[in-house]
Amino acid sequence: MRATKLIVIPAIAAVMTVAGCANSSSGGGGGSASGTGGSSGGSNGLKSLPEQTKIDVPADAVKPAGDGKAVCAPTTTLAYVGAETGANAQLGINIYNGVQLAIDEHNKANPKCQVQFKKFDTEGDPSKATGPVTQAVNDKTIVGVVGLPFSGESKSTGKIFQQAGLPHITPSATNPSLTQNGWTTFFRGLGNDNVQGPAAAKLATTMLGGKKVFVVQDDSDYGIGLAKTTQAALPKADLVGTDKVTTGQKDFSATVQKVMNSKADVVFYSGYYAEGAPFDQQLVQKGFKGDFIGPDGVKDPQFIKQAGDASKNAYFTCPCIPGDLIPSFADAYKKVSGGTAPGTYSVEGYDAATIMLTGIDKGKTTRSAMEQFIRTYDADGLSKKYKWTSTGELESLPVYAYKVSNGNIVSAGVIPSS
Amino acid sequence: MGINPEGPPMGGAEAAQLDADELAETKGSRLDKLRGRWRALPRWQQWLVLSIVALVVFFLPVINPPIITTEPGTDFPLACFDMARFALVALGLNVVVGQAGLLDLGYIGFFAVGSYVAALWTSSDSTYVHIPFLWTLPLAMVVTVFFGVLLGIPTLRLRGDYLAIVTLGFGEIIRLLASIVPALRGNVGFQNVGAPPGTHDGKQIFDNSHGTPWYMMTVAIIIVVMLLLGNLERSRVGRAWVAIREDEDAAETMGVPTFKFKLWAFGTGAAIGGLSGAIFAGQVGFVNNQKFDVATSMLFLAAVVLGGSGNKFGAVIGGAIVSYIPNRFIEIANYKYLIFGVVLIVLMIFRPQGLLPARNHLLAAIGRIRQWTGTASGQPEAAAATDAGRITLRKEEDQ
Amino acid sequence: MHGLVTSLATVDSSWIQFDWSNLFQNFWPATFDGMTFGAIYALVALGYTLVYGVLNLINFAHSEVFISGAYAVVFTLSALGFGPNPPHLSLIAIIGDLLLACIAAMIVSAIVALIVERVAYKPLRDRGAPRLAYLISAIGASFAIQYIFFNWRSSNAEPAVIMFNPKPIFDVFGTIIDSQQLTIVIAAIVMMVATDQFIRRTRLGRGIRAVAQDPDTATLMGVNKERIIMSTFVIGGILAGAGALFYVMKVPSGVIYNGGFILGIKAFTAAVLGGIGNIRGALLGGLLLGMIGNYGQYLLGDAQWTDVVSFIVLVLVLMVRPEGILGSNLAKVRA
Repeated sequence: MRATKLIVIPAIAAVMTVAGCANSSSGGGGGSASGTGGSSGGSNGLKSLPEQTKIDVPADAVKPAGDGKAVCAPTTTLAYVGAETGANAQLGINIYNGVQLAIDEHNKANPKCQVQFKKFDTEGDPSKATGPVTQAVNDKTIVGVVGLPFSGESKSTGKIFQQAGLPHITPSATNPSLTQNGWTTFFRGLGNDNVQGPAAAKLATTMLGGKKVFVVQDDSDYGIGLAKTTQAALPKADLVGTDKVTTGQKDFSATVQKVMNSKADVVFYSGYYAEGAPFDQQLVQKGFKGDFIGPDGVKDPQFIKQAGDASKNAYFTCPCIPGDLIPSFADAYKKVSGGTAPGTYSVEGYDAATIMLTGIDKGKTTRSAMEQFIRTYDADGLSKKYKWTSTGELESLPVYAYKVSNGNIVSAGVIPSS
Repeated sequence: MGINPEGPPMGGAEAAQLDADELAETKGSRLDKLRGRWRALPRWQQWLVLSIVALVVFFLPVINPPIITTEPGTDFPLACFDMARFALVALGLNVVVGQAGLLDLGYIGFFAVGSYVAALWTSSDSTYVHIPFLWTLPLAMVVTVFFGVLLGIPTLRLRGDYLAIVTLGFGEIIRLLASIVPALRGNVGFQNVGAPPGTHDGKQIFDNSHGTPWYMMTVAIIIVVMLLLGNLERSRVGRAWVAIREDEDAAETMGVPTFKFKLWAFGTGAAIGGLSGAIFAGQVGFVNNQKFDVATSMLFLAAVVLGGSGNKFGAVIGGAIVSYIPNRFIEIANYKYLIFGVVLIVLMIFRPQGLLPARNHLLAAIGRIRQWTGTASGQPEAAAATDAGRITLRKEEDQ
Repeated sequence: MHGLVTSLATVDSSWIQFDWSNLFQNFWPATFDGMTFGAIYALVALGYTLVYGVLNLINFAHSEVFISGAYAVVFTLSALGFGPNPPHLSLIAIIGDLLLACIAAMIVSAIVALIVERVAYKPLRDRGAPRLAYLISAIGASFAIQYIFFNWRSSNAEPAVIMFNPKPIFDVFGTIIDSQQLTIVIAAIVMMVATDQFIRRTRLGRGIRAVAQDPDTATLMGVNKERIIMSTFVIGGILAGAGALFYVMKVPSGVIYNGGFILGIKAFTAAVLGGIGNIRGALLGGLLLGMIGNYGQYLLGDAQWTDVVSFIVLVLVLMVRPEGILGSNLAKVRA
């Protein structure tokens, strides 16, 4: 059709322009801008952290398989309540695949205790969450729930769990206020924002030697809370600027411009990888030479996949033992997820399910018994030691630093807490 | 180019339209036959049937019929409440889109304002004066009417799709302000939004895990709103709205103060939107800046058109369906919106006028007379009048 | 009540602050970056404008036409070995590959546009559906396409595909314009001009204008209306495909199942700003919208303001010119 021809011609013209521009890049080897090797030390005046080769997984980490002799009613059920669809579905998928893996391992090892697994979709939406949660609560076979992943939906549904006495472990909701509602059924399976913020500040300044830190936050509860605690922990003189971005944003030119203007040497991005990855990539593309720090919401293999070589400047903080980096876990996970590597909070989901499965194996098949069991639980999981305070927060959480090396996220040791 | 829900067939195909119309008029689908029989009933019998239907609808979550139920995916009473909430929203939007013919893509903005009013005045996270939840319902209506008029005064002079994009922008601005203005707490949101009082066996009746009381309250409100709207429709205001919808220029020429009545429509619609927003906030018990996005606005619009733009019963049914489909298929979560999208297309193909189309007796009669006398060159129904309007507009543009 | 109102007013006045110095300091970067994005808006806006001109209908599924093209770009380039790192290829190879990706995107977008037309609009046209029905079936199509991608490609964004490293080309007022910005803006403008000329000068273009002006008379005059409508959708799709290529160039990891929606809204806004149904209006509206959003972002502090400012400007413009800056008249374009 003539229409097509006439429009393809300008397209060619367009590409010709690219030609003129790409010229320089193709000659000198395009990758040079993004630095060499895994370390970003040297040219930018920042320190680089040594890679931790030995992964210190607790030797006695509790595994879902148990002793293989468990007996339980065939209706015993664990549930995942959280996002399966919607804009933030991937975090939910990471989690329930972890849960699925734990339950599969348990059921394989314990022929006489086949625990059922049910999933309820909330879309990560506080207003949609009440329906699925009520449904889960009304299903009397469910003795424990892994979820809900997000702080907003946890806020709108915590009371429902409380009224029904159904214990639930959130693998990812980090808003500190969640444990201040007097809910006895709420357990947080990771550190809250108050734990990670100071550690992030520490990593940026003391450990990496940053003198000018720029903090960017997204508009999520998580991002806002974390940015607040991080800024509070940064020395006043070291904070050179802040900016806010929105969830779903893909173009960050204005924020990048601000970072460049501020001459920052470290950028802390308080949010999730979906925005963090393109942001880091655009930073590096614009010539940013400093380091990029993200919290556990950014620490995801998808970050590297989406940001490419730009991710070489990235560090992460995470109040988690690098359990998801264990090859055996990753391999087993891939079998459940259909080939995708474990992502953010996969291992938390796995651990949370493991704790409840251990409870079931010990005969805690009522909700109140399960709640008591979790309350007094004290053992290591793949990602950390699980022992809760009376409000449902974890006790003593070391925050680890991670870095990107050869396209993988590797541990760089504990961030000292003082 | 006023937007005409009953308007001209897009891009012609008049012959097909004529065929379809004749089909509807003479043979008629089952639904149309039913409508005919319904019309033939005396008023008191209509009321009787309606009350029985109302009773069944009222106790729907208690009956929890199999197949229809959304369990085990999501709690049925809560799904029912969601349907009722959508129905109420659709009822309000129907005034704007269906009655007055103003395409509003930012209706969610009013809904959001209502939610925030309830949150600001009842939530434990709010530092403002606290008032009982039920008082926030009228307050929410007043505040949203204020916003409706605020938006309406500068924008209602715009026509058709220009109005659509401006309202869309308004909806977005409200949502974005909710995350920018610190007092509205962005994503962190408001916890423990109030609820109507009352306890049963020491437990709160209006609890956010119990859909049934919320549902019944909303249905009662819907019935009251429908009665009020019915009166409004039959009044001078309602007639003015239809006139504006069918042909704004003609209405203006005939001395209808179009701007004033458009503002009326906007205000009425906004009030109902705000009311539903406040109820919604109370039920969920938590309000933050999520879900006040354009996509939800589109769903509201889909509810109105699906049910039959301009028909309040249609709007209620449309609202219920739009909310129901994703909840019904929640177990196959990955496919629920795919199914939803396909259902929308299919329904529009087979019931382009909506499930319960609005028929204006008078206009329909004129259309038929024109057909018989051949004065309108075979243009069916209202299309004749509006097409004339379009031609004059075109002429204006050419000047 | 009184205390309440005052508290509302007094508690927060800090959330809105005009930082003019920030705006002036960053004026040129904001302009150039805004133009780059604006050019992409403009290309997508053309799809809205053309369909609107011919059918008087907002094609809400156009955002999905666009994102399908973006997926095509990513798939093609990934197959050709592009990835998250800039390619080590010769100049000719890069041009060839980008051309291939562009054509692939155009074809895919055009096909999707055509499918949308045939499945979601044609049956409605045959039945003489009211205008709102089209809107809803478009929304339905949009949902369906989004969730096809969701189920197929998961809810993660596609890995970045970097086409080339932007290199500084020249320096304007102390601001560096890089090759990427230049490529996108020039290419987009060239394509818009070509489209404009196409609509003005070719037989098909004349047909489109005829149908836009008066479908019935055009049919009587022997114009095949159905063919014209399909061609319009195809042209819109082709332009969206080109827009998709530039979008991926600008935002290499921006391809996600629901990524088209927001951009679609912005593009539609651009079309209305310039005057919907008006090709030059789409270009003007796109560029303006891109720049205004950026200015707002610098003036008021952060990215959340971008859309607020864009929409406020839109309302203000429509107050003064109710039919957009250039008016809406695809039909009136004279050869």
